[in-house]
Amino acid sequence: SLAGFGSLMQDVLWCFSQVKGTIDIGVTEADIISTVEFNHTGELLATGDKGGRVVIFQREQESKNQPHRRGEYNVYSTFQSHEPEFDYLKSLEIEEKINKIRWLPQQNAAYFLLSTNDKTVKLWKVSERDKRPEGYNLKDEDGRLRDPSMITMLRVPVLRPMDLMVEATPRRVFANAHTYHINSISVNSDYETYMSADDLRINLWNFEITNQSFNIVDIKPANMEELTEVITAAEFHPHHCNTFVYSSSKGTIRLCDMRTSALCDRHAKFFEEPEDPSNRSFFSEIISSISDVKFSHSGRYIMTRDYLTVKVWDLNMENRPIETYQVHDYLRSKLCSLYENDCIFDKFECVWNGSDSVIMTGSYNNFFRMFDRNTKRDVTLEASRENSKPRAILKPRKVCVGGKRRKDEISVDSLDFSKKILHTAWHPSENIIAVAATNNLYIFQDKVN
Amino acid sequence: MFVRGLKRKCFDGEEDIEGTLAGIKAIPSYNLQRQSLLDMSLVKLQLCHMLVEPNLCRSVLIANTVRQIQEEMTQDGTWQMINTQSTGQASLDRLVSTDILCRSSREQAEGKHVPSYSTFNKDFEGDQTQDSSETMSTASSVQAPRNLQSNVWEMENPQENKGNFQKSLDQIFETLENKSPNSVEDLFSEVDNSYYDLDTMLTGMMSNTKMAHCDGLETFSSPTTPTSNSNCKSDLNELDHIVEILVES
Repeated sequence: SLAGFGSLMQDVLWCFSQVKGTIDIGVTEADIISTVEFNHTGELLATGDKGGRVVIFQREQESKNQPHRRGEYNVYSTFQSHEPEFDYLKSLEIEEKINKIRWLPQQNAAYFLLSTNDKTVKLWKVSERDKRPEGYNLKDEDGRLRDPSMITMLRVPVLRPMDLMVEATPRRVFANAHTYHINSISVNSDYETYMSADDLRINLWNFEITNQSFNIVDIKPANMEELTEVITAAEFHPHHCNTFVYSSSKGTIRLCDMRTSALCDRHAKFFEEPEDPSNRSFFSEIISSISDVKFSHSGRYIMTRDYLTVKVWDLNMENRPIETYQVHDYLRSKLCSLYENDCIFDKFECVWNGSDSVIMTGSYNNFFRMFDRNTKRDVTLEASRENSKPRAILKPRKVCVGGKRRKDEISVDSLDFSKKILHTAWHPSENIIAVAATNNLYIFQDKVN
Repeated sequence: MFVRGLKRKCFDGEEDIEGTLAGIKAIPSYNLQRQSLLDMSLVKLQLCHMLVEPNLCRSVLIANTVRQIQEEMTQDGTWQMINTQSTGQASLDRLVSTDILCRSSREQAEGKHVPSYSTFNKDFEGDQTQDSSETMSTASSVQAPRNLQSNVWEMENPQENKGNFQKSLDQIFETLENKSPNSVEDLFSEVDNSYYDLDTMLTGMMSNTKMAHCDGLETFSSPTTPTSNSNCKSDLNELDHIVEILVES
């Protein structure tokens, strides 16, 4: 359904659909989900975890017999994408955690995705096999070679159906190009190249070439003592294959045009909001650090996430964002504690819905927030097992910031900061969202009438 | 839970120090909280080195915070007072709520005191003669955190350099004790920064000089004045206590 387009948030009621993952009280570290991504049609949903595994879910065909089950997502393929490695030169472990997954648009029967850990990007091909050849001349049924002298007649092997098998094979491995930790990968609209960004550099790759990449951004200072800023996220423009943006730990966004020079050290546009001097504290810089940047589907806007807000920028206006949304401003007076327990360094992501009318991002206590750009309404929802009855409507949550706490509200001091929603995804054309809550994946859909 | 409405005190005489000390037992002052934040940040920078590989973004943000604090402390002359305050105080006081720091400068406006530079300069010059026995020279501006950074980013072998790091931390705090803020920069001036350059390491050029540098750090001479030694040690004990708290939490 095209409910996603132009729908106002007050008309949308979000319902629980599915949850994937164990209910065990203890969380195995390897099971912690580290990235979530729908493919371009929304038919597939991929997750990556700290253990280096990728799990792909496929939406089942909607059945006329069961219209209320609107295409559930079931496991389609599971594979180990990255293994832990040891860097002998530095005597350091390289984590196998999957930092990002990005799908390529589908061009034939197979599906392709990029997955990356801190150092290495891999291109995976996921394909189905539902037939197998039978009746070989030189091999018998068990695969053993037959003696050619014993063959008296020839036959043509035929393809016979078999149980569906989904195989994932690594087609390319793009390694040894990043000294620092990769935080982003982005497929270009030309579908021939992609970029990978680490803390200080961005490299451009051709999918066919694994032993070479072009360095297009390098902000490493000659003297590392002078390092005060790092790259935090990067993305290609959805339509213009020469344009990309990258964000920094100082709250700035640079838009670069690859046509101007080989090394895009000089930006074409520089987006920064002037600091409010009356709001300055020792934590101002840390909370201004951008943790995620995303182009709108239209390509006209970019959205950035910093610790307390989500901002929407118009590409034609560099001096300030056109919209700012407060995610959890009640944390502003708690920054010292959040600095002490390192929560202030949590990197939240943000996503657009298919029509660019609603944006979503995560918070603590397994809360996530949606902002309707047209009506300026916002809602706080929770991903929890308590709200996990089939098709149960999610009740909006509210954080009490002082004064009397109403019955259903939760006070700031009661929030669980270990339950953080860092990764979410929105179906490209429908109101279906995937929310990663530590080791569980929740899928919510809008209510079917 | 958090302290509100506390005016920042200006340290320009003994009287104020005593008043502040009395006040400290009840409510931590802005300066104490700021010091606590500085200590916490330095510990964080050290701790992140013991892990697998430091998160560079986090390290950069913490180091920038350290620099901000040190700049402010240098400007209002409180850098000199670290030594005087530290004796006789439980380290936990330093880590009490730093809510004041969370408030914007607008909220602190009424309590903010215009720093007087004359006192600062006089003490600074006085300290230079004291420190002449150590290998520290005058620096032009507050660049303290920069060399701290070079050590922070580029440590390629946390296990091997753990010993060196503890030494570096000692030196950092010794230097802070010695009332000479600019000397932190010189702390690492003898260390060849190219040693820590990852790119250089990758080409294997520095493999031979590595051992020599380890030796160099181990033989770094400690401060000669007994006063600063004892303060240094008490501060180190407090630091251990702080680390314990942070690790256990």
